[in-house]
Amino acid sequence: MTANAFDLGWRLTLLSLIAISGVDTIVPDIYRFVVENRGWLSERQFTDLYAIARVAPGPNSLLVTLIGWQVAGFLGAVVATLALCGLPFILTFYVSRMWRRFEGARWRKVVQEGLAPIASGLVLGSGYILTSAADRTWTAAAITAGSMLVVLFSRVHPLLVLALAGIAGVIGLV
Amino acid sequence: MRRPGPGAADPPPSRSACAGFDRRQPTEATEACAAVTPGGLFLAFLVAGLSGFGGALVWIHRAVVLKRRWMSEVEFASALSLCQLLPGPIVVNLAVHVGARYHGFTGACAAFLGLLLAPCAVAVMLAAAYSRYGHLAVTQSMLAGTVPAAMGLLLTMGIRLAAPLRRSGEMVPVAIAAFVGVVVFRLPVVVIVLTIAPLSLLLARLRVP
Repeated sequence: MTANAFDLGWRLTLLSLIAISGVDTIVPDIYRFVVENRGWLSERQFTDLYAIARVAPGPNSLLVTLIGWQVAGFLGAVVATLALCGLPFILTFYVSRMWRRFEGARWRKVVQEGLAPIASGLVLGSGYILTSAADRTWTAAAITAGSMLVVLFSRVHPLLVLALAGIAGVIGLV
Repeated sequence: MRRPGPGAADPPPSRSACAGFDRRQPTEATEACAAVTPGGLFLAFLVAGLSGFGGALVWIHRAVVLKRRWMSEVEFASALSLCQLLPGPIVVNLAVHVGARYHGFTGACAAFLGLLLAPCAVAVMLAAAYSRYGHLAVTQSMLAGTVPAAMGLLLTMGIRLAAPLRRSGEMVPVAIAAFVGVVVFRLPVVVIVLTIAPLSLLLARLRVP
């Protein structure tokens, strides 16, 4: 058990370094490792854990916590999570510190003003792709449009929107 | 005769001072944010993590920009671009970046733990329930409803991030280029950012005094 936890942890540490722009990029590699290579999980278990990570609140990278938990219990969950986030934590921390050191510098303002519009394009673009993949029915599209309108133009809490949409799903409207 | 007492005419110190809209006084804006405590960071990210059905990003945006005004839209958007270039889960990087900005290593840890602890516990409990009862029927149909709604929240955040472009029209092509890169050419994010950034930085360099 313990050996498996650290075997998984080491692999995730390596994979975390190529997980640029999110963990989704390395999900296929994680799958190959835990299902095909080590045989710790069946294909079905993996896809179910993926679904649970998506339905649970929080970052989708929770998938890794769940895999660790399935492979080696509590220790596995902790090791897997820290292995995935450890190096990115350190790297971001130092980049962030450097960023702060240049508070007020002109080049920092330039970088800030230059990077911001890229992010808005990226978010809208990935939002568009994910939405066209997710909204296969008219009701689903209506829920997307409705939640946008409600969140943009009213003070209704977005959690309430999510809850109502979840209920609509459970009673079979979607 | 109205005789205002000392300081009576001053508006109460507004938290919007943290938003960095006043570009002339960046350091004062930062001082105004000294009130951000590690506990406050932990709590903000705890709430964002626990609310983050279908992705925590929009909830971090809500907590940091819309509710607490620790960052302006532009600051948040550029931090997001930066965190997308760094390896690792984007929201984790964002938490570390925001936390470190206010309280260095302690702040980074506070935001990191706030974001992950509770969702990890919830996810493990769900997985335990699943391995005991062995079916996901309810969660699947619930996802059918929450995923489209989460998409709506994501698009809304995109619109909010794009809103500052109203004041900087010459940057609009940059946003459009990034959008086209994702939607039409389906390029990896790193490729898009590294291709567009030089041009974008050049444009920004002409803008920033």
